[in-house]
Amino acid sequence: MSKPRKQIHLAAHFPGVNNTTVWSDPAAGSQIGFSSFVHLARTAERAKFDFLFLAEGLRLREQGGRIHDLDVVGRPDTFTVLAALAAVTDRLGLAGTINSTFNEPYEVARQFASLDHLSAGRAAWNVVTSWDEFTGENFRRGGYLAREDRYERAAQFLTAVTVLLDSWRGDEIVADQESGTFLRDADAGQFAHRVAQFDISGHFNVPRSPQGRPVIFQAGDSEQGREFAASAADAIFTRHGTLEAGKAFYADVKGRLARYGRSPQELLILPGVTFVLGDTPSDAEEKARLVRRQQVSGPTAIAFLERVWNRDLSAYDPEGPLPDVEPLFDADPIVRGRADSRGQDQLETVARWRAVAEQDKLSIRELVIAETGRQSFVGTPQHVAQALDEFVQADASDGFILAPHLTPGGLDEFADTVVPLLQERGVFRTEYEGTTLRDHLGLAPLPVQDRADLSGAAS
Amino acid sequence: MSRSAAPLHLAVALDGAGWHPAAWREPGVRPADLLGAPYWAALAAEAERGLLDFATIEDSLGLQSSLPTGPDGRTDQVRGRLDAVLTAARIAPLTKNLGLIPSAVVTHTEPFHLSKAVATLDHVSGGRAGMQVRVSGRQEEAAHFGRRRLPQVSLAELDSPAGQELLLELFGEAADYVEVLRRLWDSWEDDAEIRDVATGRFIDRDKLHYIDFTGRHFSVKGPSITPRPPQGQPVVAALAHAPVPFRLVATSADVGFVTPHDTAQAAEIVAEIRDQQEQAGRGGETVHLFADLVVFLDEEAGRAAERRARLDAALDAPYTSDAAIFAGTPAELADVLEDFAHSGLTGFRLRPATLPHDLARITDGLVPELQRRAAFRTAYEAGTLRGLLGLPRPANRYAAA
Repeated sequence: MSKPRKQIHLAAHFPGVNNTTVWSDPAAGSQIGFSSFVHLARTAERAKFDFLFLAEGLRLREQGGRIHDLDVVGRPDTFTVLAALAAVTDRLGLAGTINSTFNEPYEVARQFASLDHLSAGRAAWNVVTSWDEFTGENFRRGGYLAREDRYERAAQFLTAVTVLLDSWRGDEIVADQESGTFLRDADAGQFAHRVAQFDISGHFNVPRSPQGRPVIFQAGDSEQGREFAASAADAIFTRHGTLEAGKAFYADVKGRLARYGRSPQELLILPGVTFVLGDTPSDAEEKARLVRRQQVSGPTAIAFLERVWNRDLSAYDPEGPLPDVEPLFDADPIVRGRADSRGQDQLETVARWRAVAEQDKLSIRELVIAETGRQSFVGTPQHVAQALDEFVQADASDGFILAPHLTPGGLDEFADTVVPLLQERGVFRTEYEGTTLRDHLGLAPLPVQDRADLSGAAS
Repeated sequence: MSRSAAPLHLAVALDGAGWHPAAWREPGVRPADLLGAPYWAALAAEAERGLLDFATIEDSLGLQSSLPTGPDGRTDQVRGRLDAVLTAARIAPLTKNLGLIPSAVVTHTEPFHLSKAVATLDHVSGGRAGMQVRVSGRQEEAAHFGRRRLPQVSLAELDSPAGQELLLELFGEAADYVEVLRRLWDSWEDDAEIRDVATGRFIDRDKLHYIDFTGRHFSVKGPSITPRPPQGQPVVAALAHAPVPFRLVATSADVGFVTPHDTAQAAEIVAEIRDQQEQAGRGGETVHLFADLVVFLDEEAGRAAERRARLDAALDAPYTSDAAIFAGTPAELADVLEDFAHSGLTGFRLRPATLPHDLARITDGLVPELQRRAAFRTAYEAGTLRGLLGLPRPANRYAAA
């Protein structure tokens, strides 16, 4: 017991465009109206959360050649909503996914620098890449990037953005009305950067922002993704919601930091998790079962099965047995616009699903619910608070990104019941101590780069 | 042509510490605050207090410069700015009626991104969004993106064949860009979201549409990821000084900003744009034409001219502008505006020489004066920008009749 208890970091994920979000519930509100974003942001800030997180997609998902219509469809522009939320919150971090494939560094750098100014130091960026021609059809360059080049693109994009942001050290603006000197330095913002993906030069036009650069998140689990995070990210957004998987991932990623001259607390590990609360354990379990049925309607169950089988199964009854037809592994993917989940384990999945359905006498829908829908934390507020705390103290994570299943009120109960219990346990803040997101995350302020170093790094 | 009984429309153009390069040195200005949200929120609140139709926010993809071709290396003027769309989003929740028109460069940016950004500005402002289309012919800005070479053409060479070719290319691309914006805004029908529990469908996908735009500079498939904004299509504005940009206003914009220096010139510009509007088949549509004016305003006679002289003394040469410069009292400005309005202009975008001073004289001097003359609203009559401008909510081009 000599080790001090780790402080938990908490974030709220605005319910997204997958079947985790239950739109069919009578309590489900608008996915696009600004009031929904305000509600969730204010709840998160009332509960002293570290940040709010918004995901992004740049092409509506399709299945079987048609726009997927069973889940929430449609969302706002990430930057614009975060800037607007800066007006209705004071401390809450504002994090968003921005794609490095279908953007250019100059524009993204000025958008994040602007967001950081407009929020007084609360911006964060989840750097993602996509490579597919499908998404590229909405953009000038089309699908230009080879799949194997996407991490190079992401790493070079992030470096280019950093070069731009660091082109202002932060002391250039004198604004002395008497002498008429506005800038100390006529070279303010000057940059030149030439690598495989970029050849850019000129003057960056947003002076240094309060955090210097946005807090950097990386999401993704591959070997390359882990290495990228260890080298360049401040936080990693994982999917390891179980204790054992979490501990293994945590040890692996934190173990990579020393190679980059970084200490373990310089990269936070934050799994995305779901939760269901109840007055009693059995009440919570019953609610969780109900939510899973809402998340997996009959048509959604068929759609899931089609993604695994990679073929049209619309003729099958979701309340009936699994199809006896074989999967089509060699055909073009039936789904476009989301991560391709097909791989070597596809055969294994089909075999396991058949065995489980046979053994437990499950219908298609029951099987999909059993195999895909389980929430990460289910129980009374006491039980969930304890489980979250144990998860963090066991070094399975540094905190959580909570994805409520309801918009916009899905975090209310957690804020009212679980957060006070975490505060009582002494593992979660009762007041914000700092003003910037780096402060909340316990990250030291960034040192100001010397421009001479930068031009060296860029050559 | 005489001014109809329709009241004037008034807008303010916000940029840095004001449009005069020495504005930041004026007493009462806190130049270190220009990059903070409170500064912009206060200006928006002041504009809204004056019942103005909208505020525009300037932007560029390079450092401000006194030279048309590239950076000037000056250290005695405001340099550095914030992204205008995000600044508008930051002040949207703090205002209720004021229209918000950030400017955005279309030459190097993605129409898909800007479409959803402006649609989202419309969602977060409850239907008060617009955008001012800007083209960039600057080589320096092209080098910031490193993806395209633009020929070096000086201002003086714009009338040469090379200059005209560049203008046609940039403004042609801008017209394509606006076409893509509008198609993407229409790519969701208003009632596409159905939440039909019986069939498990969140949307009626037959009410989402591919836009399938193919042009010289980009092709965009669609549909947008963002549902149709409250106004259907946010307001598109453009500043125009010459025949090629006049055509962009006539074919693509809802509001054109023009820069006549006298009423005869105003009448010529209006006639030319109206003619092109007719040729573009938009004769029946409302396209507002606002004259831009730089204003120095003080109640006391002679004071504004003194201030202008004092500000000019801080420069190497007196400040000049593409727009006419006015220095005088609010009542004198009201006379000028009424006079200009006889040439068929429907409104004015005033560029305050200094902020917040000249904006405050607009709201507490000019606006009451125009109200006394029954030439300006006394209360906001609509909750959307289209409503304030008398523009109908456009029908969706993809919806079955």
